[in-house]
Amino acid sequence: MSAMAPYGDPAAVAAFAARVARSAEKLQRRVTLMEVCGTHTHAIAAAGLRRLLPEWVRLIAGPGCPVCVTPVGYVDRAEALARIPGTIVTTFGDLMRVPSSGGSLERVRAEGADVRVVYSPRDALQIARDNPGSTVVFLAVGFETTTPTVAGALAEAEADRVPNFLILSGHKIMPPPMRALARDPEVLVDAFLLPGHVSVIVGSRAFAFVAEEFAIPAAVIGFTPTDVMRGVEALVECLAEGKAEVINLYSRVVKEEGNAIAQALVDRFFVSADVVWRGLGTIPGSGLALRPRFAQRDASLVEVELPEPLEPAGCRCGEILKGVIDPPECPLFDGICTPITPVGACMVSSEGTCAAWYRHERFAGGSDGPGGGG
Amino acid sequence: MKPPDRILLAHGGGGRLTQELVRELFLPALSNPALKVLSDSAILPELPPGRPALTTDAFVVDPPVFPGGDLGYLSVCGTVNDLAVAGATPVALTWALVLEEGLELDLLRMFVAGAARAAAEAGVSIVAGDTKVVPRGKGDRAYVTAAGLGVVPPGRDLGDHRIAAGDAVLVSGPLGDHGATVMACRHKLEGRGLRSDCAPLAGLVAALLASGADVHAMHDPTRGGLATTCNEVASRSGLRVVLEQGAVPVRPEVLGVCEVLGLDPLYVACEGRVVAFVATGDADRALQVLRDHPLGQGAARVGRVSERGRGEAPVVLRTLYKTERALDLLAGAELPRIC
Repeated sequence: MSAMAPYGDPAAVAAFAARVARSAEKLQRRVTLMEVCGTHTHAIAAAGLRRLLPEWVRLIAGPGCPVCVTPVGYVDRAEALARIPGTIVTTFGDLMRVPSSGGSLERVRAEGADVRVVYSPRDALQIARDNPGSTVVFLAVGFETTTPTVAGALAEAEADRVPNFLILSGHKIMPPPMRALARDPEVLVDAFLLPGHVSVIVGSRAFAFVAEEFAIPAAVIGFTPTDVMRGVEALVECLAEGKAEVINLYSRVVKEEGNAIAQALVDRFFVSADVVWRGLGTIPGSGLALRPRFAQRDASLVEVELPEPLEPAGCRCGEILKGVIDPPECPLFDGICTPITPVGACMVSSEGTCAAWYRHERFAGGSDGPGGGG
Repeated sequence: MKPPDRILLAHGGGGRLTQELVRELFLPALSNPALKVLSDSAILPELPPGRPALTTDAFVVDPPVFPGGDLGYLSVCGTVNDLAVAGATPVALTWALVLEEGLELDLLRMFVAGAARAAAEAGVSIVAGDTKVVPRGKGDRAYVTAAGLGVVPPGRDLGDHRIAAGDAVLVSGPLGDHGATVMACRHKLEGRGLRSDCAPLAGLVAALLASGADVHAMHDPTRGGLATTCNEVASRSGLRVVLEQGAVPVRPEVLGVCEVLGLDPLYVACEGRVVAFVATGDADRALQVLRDHPLGQGAARVGRVSERGRGEAPVVLRTLYKTERALDLLAGAELPRIC
């Protein structure tokens, strides 16, 4: 057996696929399940799970890729900061190639700015320690899973008095956009596959409103193909029986109340804010800003000259993030917009819906597989 | 304690220090008749019959020392392997260093010893070299460029033009060991058991070709890994490569590093593996020959070549779940993911 096997159980996946097919027969209509975590999008595409589902069960990707929902204005600001002499901008790799109004961080770096890819905010903090004469800005992008690690780095910077470590918060939280999607008449979602790692932090209870207020069933799931198929099976069964509940299928790590220590750490540094999601617009209370007490570490307060944010013309990332269309329906997909020449952010990160489609599903039986397509 | 001896700008100046470096460091390690003349060009004995093959490569690995190899060893292996997979018997190498001022001499000694060891393993001589030194900050410790000369014996014809639908795709061992090891070092990840597969493949390839198995083409899956190699083959041949995920050997520790860094092992570099495209009737025999060689014990048959229909992906992975997905070329260096 291949060493690839530990990351999935083909027999279990096949068994769940068969059960999904049986449950789907009880449905009287086509149903749409939305995953709101980029890692799920990637996992589903990489294992080709769409092609194991009956035609009546459709999986779509919601706004779960942090890079993809980061607005152009954020990248513009990051670029402007990088151009200030004596500034080192540190970032996760995904952001390097995201198109800004005039270029990208990758291009700014080629022009001479000091932009460095890090794997963790603590690496950025170390760079600040090693370069006391420079201002080090960490591009803090990510959902509830990433924020505690940034808060941890901030706590360390405070304790060790590292004054030159700043962050540009682009942090977002997941429940508010899900509420917005549930309310949006354009978006037809029958059930949600909930993000496993986000739920580790916030707890499965944070998503109870989906079932309680909107009568939409949802399942917290892990990230192996077996986890995903098990979640799909449970949700199709719920829909067939007309039940709306939030099921925790990732209880090996997810508790109802979440991780209180991580929550407290985040709360020490961040406060809720109304922020812009690329393609979705401003969503109240969906972001996290640094508390005013830490203003000296807030790179969004550094004065820079910004261009008028220029969203790429013709890009339908917004509708793709809402699951209204699949990537092949965007006129730019696979022509003007490819991973080498990304127009929209969804094409950059491997978690982006468009990049995942481009890499894994582009050739699969025409424009989409059974269960995909609009 | 005495501070370590370091490379000075003068070591690249062509004067006394350069000569000292050559006589005390390079010559004893690499000694061979063509090199020790120290003339402007190495004059080689007449080549054996066949077509000459010439390759060149630059090496900038970070970190320059890693479990299983170092910059010097890697540079000779990489050059030898480019010759070997073309069906050429390596004859001679050139080896040039660009050093950063301040490099510890012990590190340089390690690179030279690594190069000498790889050359000895591959049965090839380093017949010419050069050293330049750049000011501190203008380079990253050490870079190497190497060129390799080999000979393809008369009657041997390997290349993607010979790949045909039905060919079996073989790999000589687990994939991604080199890339995962270097990435783990770079990101200071604990990786128990991780070790680069870096090795000169001339012997393994010679054994495979000597077996008489009908090998159509070979490649070494370096940057971009097996998926990229297969894409290049598919593009040049106009055919389709179908890989079986369940058959692709990957070590658990490599999978672990890939999981942490968000990489796909099919795209991670090897430096001591060969991908062979073999006539289907000879595939079992070729596989056995690979497995009988110390560098091919983990060999596996991982896929096949087929005709490519209109609109079909050039390279496809049949997953463990019996689904298919396209394996595309990477857009750039594989980007780490956020969550």
